[in-house]
Amino acid sequence: MAVTVSIPTILRSHTDGAKSVDVSGGTLAEVIDNLDNQHSGLKSRLISNGSLHRFVNVYVNDEDVRFAGGLDASVADGDTVTILPAVAGGSTPAVAGVAGG
Amino acid sequence: MGSVLVIRRDLVEAMVAHARRDHPDEACGLLVGPEGAGRPERIIEMTNAKRSPTLYEFDPSEWLQVWKQMQAADEEPVVVYHSHTATEAYPSRSDIADAGHYAQFLPDPHYLLISTRDPNRHELRSYRIVDGEVTEEPVDVVESYMFAHTGLDDVPDCR
Repeated sequence: MAVTVSIPTILRSHTDGAKSVDVSGGTLAEVIDNLDNQHSGLKSRLISNGSLHRFVNVYVNDEDVRFAGGLDASVADGDTVTILPAVAGGSTPAVAGVAGG
Repeated sequence: MGSVLVIRRDLVEAMVAHARRDHPDEACGLLVGPEGAGRPERIIEMTNAKRSPTLYEFDPSEWLQVWKQMQAADEEPVVVYHSHTATEAYPSRSDIADAGHYAQFLPDPHYLLISTRDPNRHELRSYRIVDGEVTEEPVDVVESYMFAHTGLDDVPDCR
């Protein structure tokens, strides 16, 4: 049973450069655990305190997992999981020259 | 080491028009180009899912479709742009924080800010944001990329 996980550019350092990786799993949580077992370090880029980082978007096929149960989202053989950064910002008062997080 | 954004005039005009059109909400979008070229070729206006005068976010579903199209066409984001509607065209604290998160997944783009706070005169400025440090870069507006092969080959990338 294989789910294809599409790996964003910077995270490919964890997968020896592979743009996508096939892993098994019945839920997104299982897929991420299995992904981390094969390519150590990926889980912490995605999950903290038991849930997905708010600044990462994860999709199963075309669906944002936030609307499909988050880490409990079901995945099936042949599904594609895509990982992208959430792209957001805001115009709180500009602070010139200050290093942020 | 100096970074500069070389950008075609029609792309500048398209971003400014987008920002004016969405004012007083923040506008956001991408300029994308061929993978590895560091050269913006086309604009992709994105829907601001926050629809706010002080916040923006790429609509997640739209972002996925745009991303897949870019992958299929061997394109990558070169510029991430958004507008500030009441403040200066300088990255805010949350813009800086977001750049840090983005960089965990995708190579640092140029961050371009447009301010529409003045109805008669826009501000347009470009930055690199690396490890929380904001460095402004000159924007070199060109009529065409006739000499594109000598353009951005020395732009630092996180690859």
